[in-house]
Amino acid sequence: MLNSATTSRRPLGAGSTLGGLRTLVRADRARGWLFLLPALAAYGMFVLWPLANSVKYSFYNWDGINPAKWVGLSNYGQVFTNATLYSAIEHSGILIIFFSFLPTALGLALAAFMRSAIAGRLGTVARVVIFLPQVVALVAAGIAWSWLLGYNGAINQIFYAPIDAVLKLLGLGAAKQAWLGSFQFALPGVGLIGVWVMLGFCTVLLTVGMGKIDPSLYEASQLDGAGPVREFFDITLPSLRQEIGVCLTVTMIAALSAFDIVYISTQGGPANQTMVPGLEIYLLAFTNREVGLASALAIVLVVLVVVCIVPIQWYVNRGNES
Amino acid sequence: MSSSRATAYGGRVMLVVLMFWTLLPFISLFTAALHPVGTFPTGLSWPVHPQWQNFINAWNVANLGPILKSSALIVLGTVPITVVIATMAGFALGQLRVFGGRAVMLLFLIGLTLPLEGIIIPLYYELNSFNLIDTRMAVILPLIGLFMPFSVYWMRAHFVNVPTSLTEAARSDGATTWQIFWGVQVPLARPAIISLAIITTIWTWNQFLLPLVLVPTNVDSRTMAGALGAFQGQYSDNIPLLAAGSLLILAPMVIVYIVFQRQFIRAMLQGAVKG
Repeated sequence: MLNSATTSRRPLGAGSTLGGLRTLVRADRARGWLFLLPALAAYGMFVLWPLANSVKYSFYNWDGINPAKWVGLSNYGQVFTNATLYSAIEHSGILIIFFSFLPTALGLALAAFMRSAIAGRLGTVARVVIFLPQVVALVAAGIAWSWLLGYNGAINQIFYAPIDAVLKLLGLGAAKQAWLGSFQFALPGVGLIGVWVMLGFCTVLLTVGMGKIDPSLYEASQLDGAGPVREFFDITLPSLRQEIGVCLTVTMIAALSAFDIVYISTQGGPANQTMVPGLEIYLLAFTNREVGLASALAIVLVVLVVVCIVPIQWYVNRGNES
Repeated sequence: MSSSRATAYGGRVMLVVLMFWTLLPFISLFTAALHPVGTFPTGLSWPVHPQWQNFINAWNVANLGPILKSSALIVLGTVPITVVIATMAGFALGQLRVFGGRAVMLLFLIGLTLPLEGIIIPLYYELNSFNLIDTRMAVILPLIGLFMPFSVYWMRAHFVNVPTSLTEAARSDGATTWQIFWGVQVPLARPAIISLAIITTIWTWNQFLLPLVLVPTNVDSRTMAGALGAFQGQYSDNIPLLAAGSLLILAPMVIVYIVFQRQFIRAMLQGAVKG
């Protein structure tokens, strides 16, 4: 294909006739590759090539300095049998609930209730404010939340009464504590930071999506005597399939690749209760010098992201074709 | 009628609650930053004597002058190149419809889902072999590559919607592809290009893992977020100073965001939905 285009190329300026123009367009389809090359080179050199090397390293036992030794799949075996490594993957699963499911569900509820409010003047300011977590470095969010969730932090100060009541009901002990230092609550604490980071993005995205739904759909269902709840499930939810898909995709990638927040707020502690794959990869490779094992975990993480994303994308796109 | 008014009122109340929840960390950092250094403030409390000089102390202690310069240099090294080569690629994929364009786009799309942790280890050894570890280049070069999936995708989405008749008309006037690109297409693509530049500037500024690994010891060559990590490690028990430093490091991008909020929000939403 590329050949036929280059052989039929004509000198520039011959494009005055329609036939000549077509030839030129075809020539463009080949010459355009020159425009593509710099981007492909950067991408290939600093993304695809390292990715291939991650796969390669994962089959070796290597300390980063001495000659590497081929060990086949044994690094992968360790990822799934070593309790610490495996629990890091499990923690990611729990973080998905906080980073993905909660912000998407809460975002849907908030968007449904605030749709009219967000259209007004208050809404313009509100949008700028609730989108702010997308602009702030996660490191700074981690620092702020470590302080908020600390023993003397604002969460204990403001929400003492409701937290105390809930914990007493569940029989879970003292209300005032350093949440991120607690064996039970550190991981949900990190999750809460994730909710804060993602909620605004999901809410605004879903609100915009709701604004695009044809109002006549609602009018028709009201004529049929549908209440607001049925409207939500019959019209709003199906119409937002694409936006919900985006929310879930973006937030799941963030949950699975969480690093900055955990590194800053808990360092994986206490007692590995908040260890996540991203931090484990970093520590294994650059502190413990177990490059092969770290790479195997990295590849598992990459595959895990794909496994989580593909069904969502499939579901979203299936609807678009039908 | 009254029920719909109640809903509207309830919606507004909820909006205010959500805004407060979003701002809570910033308010909390701000009040903490004004407490005397070495004290342990409690939650949201206004100090008796606000210590405004904490911000100056934090600036000096965290050595923010050089780091601000370093971040600016990293942004200047990353963003213009990212934008130019992504615009060229988007033009090739969206306007020229190059052979194999679909396959290339698919290749870029794979990168949209790739977590940085998946490639950070080989990146370290690659840049080590170039002797670039602990330099700003060690952040700039990988970032350009990492930004390509979103950037190319974003620019392609723009160029797909520009009618090809424009290119053909310029062509019949005897313009070369290069001239058409710079003279006709780039000026038309300005809004898309500006949005991309804003987004990549903010993403560069906030990048943490990359400088942590690739600029391990030379903290003054990191991005602001990377430097903040080091600062936190040193002053984790000095909450007023840490809070003041965090706010100083946040401020530039919050200002950029407030100035360009319209473009930023629109681009983040469009970029996400089209993806």
